[in-house]
Parts: sequence; structure tokens; C-alpha cells
Amino acid sequence: MMGLARLAVTTERLNLDALIKCVHDAPISDGSEGTGAVASFLGLVRESNLGRRVVKLKYEAYEPLALRAFERIDNEIVERWPTAQLALHHRIGVLTIGEVSVAIVVAAPHRADAFAASRYAIERVKQIAPIWKREFFKDGDVWIEGATTDPDDAAAREEAFRRACV
Amino acid sequence: MRVNIRVFARLRDIIGVAELDRDVPTGTTAQRVWDDLVEEFPDISTYTGSISTAVNAEYAKMETVLDDGDEVAFLPPVSGGEFPG
Repeated sequence: MMGLARLAVTTERLNLDALIKCVHDAPISDGSEGTGAVASFLGLVRESNLGRRVVKLKYEAYEPLALRAFERIDNEIVERWPTAQLALHHRIGVLTIGEVSVAIVVAAPHRADAFAASRYAIERVKQIAPIWKREFFKDGDVWIEGATTDPDDAAAREEAFRRACV
Repeated sequence: MRVNIRVFARLRDIIGVAELDRDVPTGTTAQRVWDDLVEEFPDISTYTGSISTAVNAEYAKMETVLDDGDEVAFLPPVSGGEFPG
């Protein structure tokens, strides 16, 4: 039976346990001592943003390209942390306050790599994944637009790496 | 030749539909398709310079030359991409 996909964009509620199982079940890469640490990150819908009280959020993705983005991030992580195993799921659709919008799990032989690679993953998701957020307030709504980073931009990758390793 | 245009988020809201088909001459680039779209929907002109593009669901450059039947997507800035600002 095929397990849960390690990388996914989904309308379903995210399940951290399933992601942890996912990296646990992944084959151990060459030269790895096996899993000694699992770091997890959950991104939640915050009730207030930029001074406005948020009622709900809507996430929209260009799904096939978002998966390409996740695959890139996965490859970048293997390049930097060859023994790390990533699972990354992003939810789309309407989410209310406190719901999990993104879940990231990294298993590695040691904690330093697990923490760093999981931080790197969320920084890169924010930079390059084609996923848009619409905030709804009591009296209106707004698309949140920052900037999209060229996925090939080496400086952006370095910035994400720097943030991951501080 | 004919290309399928995909637009997202606020860009889609302005244009009013998520997908459009347009006939374009051979050799048309993603940039040219965008320029034509701006002519058709002037309200999206504020996105010129900040949008990025994908062709057939792979990251691409605006200079990419399109083929008949290609899907060209225009992507407004994402929420979290604060780099380098």
C-alpha cells in the first residue's frame, strides 16, 4: 500500500502525526545513522494581522506548480542536509482562526539538521510557492501580496539558509 | 496557434475568470501574452513588473516562447515572499 505523499497541497485538515509517520517510514538514505530527531513546524491562522482582526482566511494555490515548488525545496534540503527527510503539506480553501495552514516535518539523525532544515523549508515555501492568501475581516477582505522570488535566485536561497542556521 | 491563460488570486478577481483561451501568432512569448492581456484588461497593468509566469505548470521566464496548446500562467506576488525587502 502506498503511504501518504510526503509533499502535498490539500483541502483536508492537516494531520501532523501522519506527516511524522511519513518521514519515519521513508527509506534511510545512504550514510545516515538513522532518525534521531524529528522537528515539526505548524503554521496557524492568526486572529490579527497588521492590526486588523481576521475572521477567516482563504488560501488558493496553483496546485501543480506548488507541488513543483515543494519538490524543489525537497531537493534543496537533500543537497544541504543529505540525511534529512522532509514532509510538507499545505492546506488550501477556507480556514478559520487557529487552524493549521502548513505542516512541515523533518527527520534527521541529529536535532541541529532537523531544526535547520524545517526552518529552511518554511522560508522557501514563503518565497516561492504559488499559494495566495485572502484575509476576511468583519467589514471586508484583502488579498495579501508581498513579492514572489525567482525560484532560481541563489541569493534568496542563501537568505533562507542563513535564517535557518542562525 | 492557441494558448490557454491561467490567472490567480486578485488578478483573477480583476479579470473575472480563471482561464482564457487566446489565438496568438507563432513565436509569441509569455511577455507578449501578458502585454495583450493588459491591453484587454487595463486594471491589471499595476501587476506589470511584479507578476511571474509558468508554462505548462513549470516555472518559466517572461521571455519564454510559447507553443500551440501551451498553458501560460500569470502569478501575482505571493503573501510571504518578502525577500529581499
